[in-house]
Amino acid sequence: MEKNELVSLVEAERASRRPVQVRVCTASACLASRSREVAGRLRSAAGRAGMVDRVDVREVGCLRLCSAGPLVKVEPEGVLYERVGVEQADSIVGAIGGGRAEARIGDPSGPFFARQLPMVLENSGVVEPERIESYLAAGGYGQLDRVLRELTPEEVVEAITRSGLRGRGGAGYPSGLKWATVAKMPPGRKFVICNADEGDPGAFMDRSVLESDPQRVLEGMAIAGYAVGAEQGYVYLRGEHPLTIHRLRLAIDQARRLGVLGSGIFDSRFNFRIDLRIGAGAYVCGEETALMASIEGRRGTPQPRPPYPAQSGLWGSPTLINNVETLANIPAILREGAERFARIGTASSKGTKVFALAGNVCRSGLVEVPMGTSLRTIVEEIGGGAPEGRSIKAVQTGGPSGGCIPASQLDTPVDYESLKALGSIMGSGGMIVMDDRADMVDVARYFMEFCRDESCGKCIPCRAGTVQLHRMLVRIRDGQATRDELHRLERLCEMVKHASLCGLGQAAPSPVLSTLRFFREEYESRLTGG
Amino acid sequence: MSVHTLRIDEKDVSARAGQTILEAASENGISIPTLCHLEGLSNVGACRLCLVEVAVVGGGTRLAAACVTAAAEEMVIQTDTDRLREYRKMIVELLFAERNHVCSVCVANNHCELQEMAVSQGVDHVRYDYLEPRCDVDLSHPRFGLDHNRCILCTRCVRACDEVEGAHTWDVSGRGTLSRVVTDLNAPWGASETCTSCGKCVMACPTGALFHQSSTVSEMIHERTRLSFLVDAREKKQWHA
Amino acid sequence: MNAPTKAVGQDEAGSGSHPSGDDRFARIDEAMRRHRFEQDALIEVLHAAQEHFGYLRADLLQYIAHGLKLPPSRVHGVATFYHLFTLTPRGKHTCVVCTGTACYVRGVERLLAAIESETGAVPGRTTPDGRITLEVARCVGACGIAPVVVFDGNAEGSQTAESALDRIRKWNDHGEE
Repeated sequence: MEKNELVSLVEAERASRRPVQVRVCTASACLASRSREVAGRLRSAAGRAGMVDRVDVREVGCLRLCSAGPLVKVEPEGVLYERVGVEQADSIVGAIGGGRAEARIGDPSGPFFARQLPMVLENSGVVEPERIESYLAAGGYGQLDRVLRELTPEEVVEAITRSGLRGRGGAGYPSGLKWATVAKMPPGRKFVICNADEGDPGAFMDRSVLESDPQRVLEGMAIAGYAVGAEQGYVYLRGEHPLTIHRLRLAIDQARRLGVLGSGIFDSRFNFRIDLRIGAGAYVCGEETALMASIEGRRGTPQPRPPYPAQSGLWGSPTLINNVETLANIPAILREGAERFARIGTASSKGTKVFALAGNVCRSGLVEVPMGTSLRTIVEEIGGGAPEGRSIKAVQTGGPSGGCIPASQLDTPVDYESLKALGSIMGSGGMIVMDDRADMVDVARYFMEFCRDESCGKCIPCRAGTVQLHRMLVRIRDGQATRDELHRLERLCEMVKHASLCGLGQAAPSPVLSTLRFFREEYESRLTGG
Repeated sequence: MSVHTLRIDEKDVSARAGQTILEAASENGISIPTLCHLEGLSNVGACRLCLVEVAVVGGGTRLAAACVTAAAEEMVIQTDTDRLREYRKMIVELLFAERNHVCSVCVANNHCELQEMAVSQGVDHVRYDYLEPRCDVDLSHPRFGLDHNRCILCTRCVRACDEVEGAHTWDVSGRGTLSRVVTDLNAPWGASETCTSCGKCVMACPTGALFHQSSTVSEMIHERTRLSFLVDAREKKQWHA
Repeated sequence: MNAPTKAVGQDEAGSGSHPSGDDRFARIDEAMRRHRFEQDALIEVLHAAQEHFGYLRADLLQYIAHGLKLPPSRVHGVATFYHLFTLTPRGKHTCVVCTGTACYVRGVERLLAAIESETGAVPGRTTPDGRITLEVARCVGACGIAPVVVFDGNAEGSQTAESALDRIRKWNDHGEE
């Protein structure tokens, strides 16, 4: 499609908008509460009320407050409805332009939303994830267009470096440095991979971004491709999420059809193609070398590094691997400017971070806050604390590679270094609140079971060590272990941590070590004799 | 050809560019324990027994698998520290606990790399639960046998078959501690359509997992050096005795 | 190659224009063609095979190995590495219990135990009558509405042992339907 055709497409999309938009969340959690039926009923209600030329019912991405779904938002009035049932459709349509619907009204200016700073999620709950026109009308692909016209690849890398963006997948490696390494490799075949293998239990950030605003991630990948000199991208997606696969497949098809992906993008000489690769249920494939093995159709077992993927990755070619949230940041960084982005957050952690807040917390859902926001703000103000008047005991971050932060440390700011200092990690953004009923030894046992089942089996410390650690934790939990066994547990944790081949094994003892650090008495009080 | 100088166990040694720490050490008479490594096969860095401590700038050390880490200029390496000895011991104990290794009734008794490793690392007891998995013994092949009880998943058989023989009869199925080496689609070995019965997998095996059917307790002697002989013959046209 | 046997609980084979007599093999051919028979496409092709046959029978793995010119052991190794692939037939209904962290802290283990004792099913297995396959998922990513159970592909949030057992009893009541 020629550029002027695209422009008229965007104009037509904007012109088609009616004065009132009824946005229905169709991300996973709301869909599970039948939000699509709600959307259908709202449409027919609008028809019955003779309001079709005034009211648009749009199926949008995540409206973020998952625990109160299905969510419906009416714009420009800014009214948020929670737990909407199909029978409330007529009433909601009737209340448009004044009046009160017989439906639970939420508070879009309440603490859950007011303390957030949507940047990665700026389009989430606004654009329609299954229609590229909607993304284009919101300014989508504008940065790719501009970058191709105005910036050299070196200038793009330079901008990302100056922004201070760090990888959102877990370890927080500086993105600019990663991009520069791949860019500096001699010209030739290179790849960009979007790591969408979000496997941490209790994490749904990347999934939500892809379900809500898939084009944004594709745009980020294309910009990355231009910056590092790659013409081929892959999105490696979990096979467990059919909706995400569907939306991304659709997004790629639409982008290809419109020519925003493919050959000679925006009349430039830049070509970029994106293909999907669907994982098949292996947590370890979130590890970069295992992920690449899986894209190559092999068992997802990690390889020793170096060589790093940036030097020798997919099929031996230099490969840039970024996670979903990292790539979703790219268009916003280029639009706002690296300096403005770098003003958000802390000295070492720039920008915002998306968290999936869940567990024993009143309000759970998708949360995006500036780096440096305290855990307390997130779990108590945004999340509303533990339900039923209970108290918060710990907050788990970083999934099976992370740790449990005790309530006494809730004033810790969320940034890469602070969480690491507490023996946890930022991770990809799963945040699980545990109330006073949580048994921390069992929490450690739970995560060790996860690692045992997800160990690829290649290296001995992880394969055989996690099995033994799990058995020890069961015995300690059940009051059948001696002090000697606790020592054995700690020593084995140290060995597995330092001797394992990949990040999964190296981090497998983290939940044990962190609960031992902050909740040691729960272990000690159960020891017998010996 | 560029040469690096480095220090291993307080000894100055030189290494050709591209050589691993393991190769550099071995050429200089420094022995580092290995299990998944076998001369003539690619390295996978899986058993972690060859971990060594490499000094890092600014103090402290990091662990690196000697078989897959390139020797670099001015590297300072320790191969036999208390910490490494402790880790190695634990790894060997974990292996003994994982399957059913009963040396006294094993065909490879006294000719077994795992057993030798236990001796050299001073493993006199196992501090972990014996998992006692139920493992099959496959005697369907007319000449060879496979006893999963003795397998340590080093994948030397898989690599020997793929890289030296080229048949790729073997691979690993499943994952984690439930992994098993398999032939073809997990068919009995004797029914394998790809196996050439060359016996290279048996030569490569460090334990009594793969054996000649005629052997009884302590009789199975693996000809492990035959693989590097074949590889050198093929690649370097050198037939060293 | 063995003659394909009919998968339990799967659609009837097509009219048999494929040489094997089972049109579903044409779907596998299509997937392999789409990827130009590249060996890297193994996982994609296994997905397609499982989608059309319900599970990965040995003859399918052999067929794919042959089609992509891969050693059979590698195909088997890959098919058994990934949890989403199954080499045994699935039941008429599937019940996937999410055991993610949010579901865990909201008591999913009790819920799972209740389902196990009601159905006699073990996670990862199908009941002997072939009716229900019980599985656990590491995390279905709908943590905001934990605990989550996926009944025949439909995720349901805020589950209790009672609500989950109600759903399962409905399957049983409807007999063969």
